[in-house]
Amino acid sequence: MMRFLRSVGVIARRDFSAILFSRSFLFFLIGPLFPVFVAAMAGGIGANVGGSVEPPRLGVAMKAADTERVMLAHERLSPATNMPVIMSIGDGPPVDPRGLLETEGDRMRIAALLSGSLEAPVLTGTDGQLRAWRGPVSIMVENARNGDAALPEVTLDTVAAPPQEATPRARIVTAQLAQVALFMLTMFLATMVLSNLVEEKANKIIEVLAAAVPMDAVFFGKLVAMLGVSFVGLGVWGSIGGIAVLAGVGQIPFLADPAVGWPAFIALSVIYFSMAYLLLGSVFLIVGGLAATVREVQTLSMPVTMMQLMVFFFASYALGSMGQPMEYAAIAFPFSSPFAMLARAAIEPALMPHLLAIAWQAMWVAIIIQFGARIFRRTVMKSGPPQKKRWRIMGRGRTA
Amino acid sequence: MTMTQSPAHAEFESAREAAAGESRGLAIEARGLVKRFDGTLAVDGIDISVPEGSIFGILGPNGAGKTTTLRMLLGIIDPDEGTRLVLGSDDPHAIASRIGYLPEERGLYPSMKAVDAIAFIGSLRGLPKATGRERGRELLEAHGFGEIADRQIRRMSKGQAQTVQLLATLVHEPELVVLDEPFSGLDAISQGRLEVTIRELAAKGTTVIFSTHVLAHAERLCESIAIIAGGRVPFHGEVSVARDRLPPQVHLETRAADGAWRAAIPADASPQVNADGGALWNFSLPESGVEPLLIGLVEGGARIKTLSIERAGLHDAFVEIAGEAAARALEEGREMPS
Repeated sequence: MMRFLRSVGVIARRDFSAILFSRSFLFFLIGPLFPVFVAAMAGGIGANVGGSVEPPRLGVAMKAADTERVMLAHERLSPATNMPVIMSIGDGPPVDPRGLLETEGDRMRIAALLSGSLEAPVLTGTDGQLRAWRGPVSIMVENARNGDAALPEVTLDTVAAPPQEATPRARIVTAQLAQVALFMLTMFLATMVLSNLVEEKANKIIEVLAAAVPMDAVFFGKLVAMLGVSFVGLGVWGSIGGIAVLAGVGQIPFLADPAVGWPAFIALSVIYFSMAYLLLGSVFLIVGGLAATVREVQTLSMPVTMMQLMVFFFASYALGSMGQPMEYAAIAFPFSSPFAMLARAAIEPALMPHLLAIAWQAMWVAIIIQFGARIFRRTVMKSGPPQKKRWRIMGRGRTA
Repeated sequence: MTMTQSPAHAEFESAREAAAGESRGLAIEARGLVKRFDGTLAVDGIDISVPEGSIFGILGPNGAGKTTTLRMLLGIIDPDEGTRLVLGSDDPHAIASRIGYLPEERGLYPSMKAVDAIAFIGSLRGLPKATGRERGRELLEAHGFGEIADRQIRRMSKGQAQTVQLLATLVHEPELVVLDEPFSGLDAISQGRLEVTIRELAAKGTTVIFSTHVLAHAERLCESIAIIAGGRVPFHGEVSVARDRLPPQVHLETRAADGAWRAAIPADASPQVNADGGALWNFSLPESGVEPLLIGLVEGGARIKTLSIERAGLHDAFVEIAGEAAARALEEGREMPS
C-alpha cells in the first residue's frame, strides 16, 4: 500500500507542477471570469442603451394658472414620490386631447396628456400608461388644488432586513444552488482530464511509467494532481469572489441556512466536489486514455459533457422527490450520488448518511480506477487475458 | 504453463545449471511464457534464464517477439501462460527499485530539464528526488553532457535525449538493466559509448539484458543469448555454444592444383582456380580435426600458400539456428513473414 501511495505521489507531483507552471493554467484560472466579463459588458451596454432613451413624459395642457399649480405640486412631490416627468404644452386645454396626443405625442415624446381643469382633470393615454400614472396624477392634482401644502414630515426608522427563514422551501433553493455550483465546477475540471493521458501516449512515456509503477497508480496519481489543481483554482476564484464581496461589488446572496449548518455544509461541499470530480474524472480519464490523438479527445468532449448534464439533471430531478425511491436511486447511482447527497445536506440535518455515502462513493472511485487501469492495459498496453471474440476467426500470427 | 523439452529447453536447463555451478543466481528465470494479442500468438512458450551479473542478448528480427518478451518480464503486460521470476520476485513492480528499463520507443516529458527528467524516472523507481537530481548531474558530467543538465528535453538533439533517457534508466543504480533495442537511432560513436557503458555495468555486477537485431553488438558484448524467431526460442545459451554449432571454417590457398592432398579435403568442397594455377578452398573443418587435415595437405604435396581456420561467426550460427528467412529479416531490419 505504501508503495502504491508513493507511486501515486510521484505521478501526482509531476502532473501538478507541470500543470501549475504551464501557460495554459493562467487561462484555466481566468476562464471562469469570462462569463463575468460578458455579463458585465452586456449590463454596461444595456445601461448605455437604456440611458440614451428618455423616459416617457406626461404632457400638461391646462389653463396657464392650473398648469403652473400642477408644475409646483410636481416639484413638491417628486423628492418623496415616484412622479412621472412632466412638461407643459400649449396655452390651454386642447379641444381634442386625443388628436393632440396622436399628432404631437411622438414628436414631443409625450406618453399621456393631462388636460381639463384641476376640478375636472382628464388623463388621456394608452391603457397601460393610464394604469401606471393614474395614482401619481391624482395625488399631484390633489396637491395642486390645495396650494402649497407641504407633505407631512415622516420620521424614518430603519431596521435590519430579517434573516431568510430556513423553511424547507428556502432550503431547497440552497440545495439547488449548491448542485448547480457543484455541476459547474465538475464540468470545468472533468473535461480537462480527458486529454490527461494523451501527452504520455504521444511522448511514449507511458511505457516508462507502466514498467515502473502499476497502471492504477498512474491513473490515481493523475486524478489527484488534477484535484490539487482544481483546489488551487477554487482557492483563487474563491479569494477573488471574497474580495469582490468585501469591496461591495456584489451582494451576498441570502440563502437559507442548510440543515447541517454552514461549517458542515461547506466541508461536505468540498468532499462531494472531490468525489464527484474523482468519479467523473476517472471515467473521463479512461475514455481519454483510449483516444490516440488530441483530435479524438476533442471529439469525445461533447458526449462527455452530455453525460455530465444527464447526471446533473437526474440529481436535480431527484431533489423534488426527497425521501422517495427516486432520491435513493440518485444517491445509490455513484455518479449522481455526490449531487444528491449535497442537496440532502441542505435539507436534512442527519450527518451519518453522509459518512456512508462518502464511503460508498470512495469505493466506486477505487473500482472505476482499477477497472480503467485494466481496460487501459488491455487495449493500449496490450495486456491481460485476450478478449473472447466468438465471431472472429482466430488466426495465428506474430507480433513484436 | 507450457513445458517443452526442445533442444532450446535443454540449453536453457544447462544455462541454469551452469549459473548454479558458478554459484551465480538467476536474475531472470522465465518458463513457458505465452502471449496472444486478440487471438494472435505473439510469444509461444518462451523459456529464458539470465545469470546474475551477465550481459544477455535477445536476438531476433523485428516482430519475432523480443519486445513482448521483455514487457512480460517487466510486468508491463502479463503473460497469458507461464511463469516469470525477476530478481526472485514474480511481481516485477514490487522490485521496481532494483530494475532499470530503457524502452524501444524512447520518451521523456519535453518540458522537463535533463536533470529533472533523470530524477523523475529515478523517483518512479523509489529514488528520492534530491538524490536523483544530484546523481543525474554527476552522470551527465561523467558522460560528457554536463552542459545540457539544465536544458529542456525539447531543445535537445535526438542523440542527447536518448543519452538522458539511458542515464535515467541507470540513476537509481539498478541490479538489473533491461534495454530494448538500445543501439537503434544512435550514431557509431554513441553506439561505442553505449557498449562501454554496458561493459562497465556488468563489471560492477549489474545484470544487463538487451534486445537487438544487430548481431555484431551481441557478439561483442554478450556472454549468453537467446535467439527468438516466430515467438519461439530456438537457441538459448552461451554465444560460444551457438558458434560451436557450426564447425570451424577452413580457408585454404594452394599452389598445387591437384594431387594426393585432395583426399584430405571434404569431397563436397569445390575450389576456385587461382591465377597462378593453384586453388582457393573454403570448407568446414572435418570432424577428424586440424591435425589429420594438415598432415594430409603437407604430405600430399598441396604446397600451402595460406591457411586459416576460423570459428563460425554469430551470423552463421544465427542462420543455422533460426533459418535463412529470419536471418534475412534480421539483416534488413524488417519483420519476418509469419
